[in-house]
Amino acid sequence: MRITADRIDPDKLRNELVDAAAGAYVGFEGWIRNHNEGEQVLRLEYEVYEPLALAEGEKVIAEAVEKFPLLHAECVHRSGALDIGECAVWVGVTSAHRDEAFAACRYIIDQVKVRLPIWKKEHYVDGHSGWVNCERCAEHGHTHPEAASS
Amino acid sequence: MTKTITVRYFAGFREHAGIDKETIAVEASTAADVYKKLQHRHGSAEPLGHCKVAINDQMADWDATVSDGDTVLLFPPVAGG
Repeated sequence: MRITADRIDPDKLRNELVDAAAGAYVGFEGWIRNHNEGEQVLRLEYEVYEPLALAEGEKVIAEAVEKFPLLHAECVHRSGALDIGECAVWVGVTSAHRDEAFAACRYIIDQVKVRLPIWKKEHYVDGHSGWVNCERCAEHGHTHPEAASS
Repeated sequence: MTKTITVRYFAGFREHAGIDKETIAVEASTAADVYKKLQHRHGSAEPLGHCKVAINDQMADWDATVSDGDTVLLFPPVAGG
């Protein structure tokens, strides 16, 4: 797991995973889009609490490696200010066969979105801004009914 | 009982509180107590299940016990990716 304030280069990251034993590589790139919930987005900022984002990200990757027969798994997330079209998060996995590579890549990005202490502030074309609530966090919260009811 | 706790606020919680951390004396047994007692600071009406907490840089459950001298990190709903 890596957190970086620099531009993510997916090709370079992909090349780091090249392995003669791999029959499949699946990569995911999350991009900054120009709209969210009816608002026109100009740019955004990621706030990352790095010590725990790294620790929790490592845990997610270790879980993926345990669940699926992978050769490599890696994830990189941006921090700081990003423009439309930039890559915010990259996940890459390799395995002998494609099924586990697809499944593991999906597992990692889904868990990273709901578990890592990372927040996104969108700045809109009309001048206002707001912190984004992950669309799945509510659903995730419901797995802890004792807390959700508090 | 009253404990001395350092509380750290992140993202929207920090903006609402106007500070990123403070050390306070608070009547609290659990992390959930700290969140509820400091509602006027973080300003959040989010159910606990939507937010997260860490104690001394370890992710924790809301019912985890807080001890005198602990640092409690209050995380609003996350939105990575």
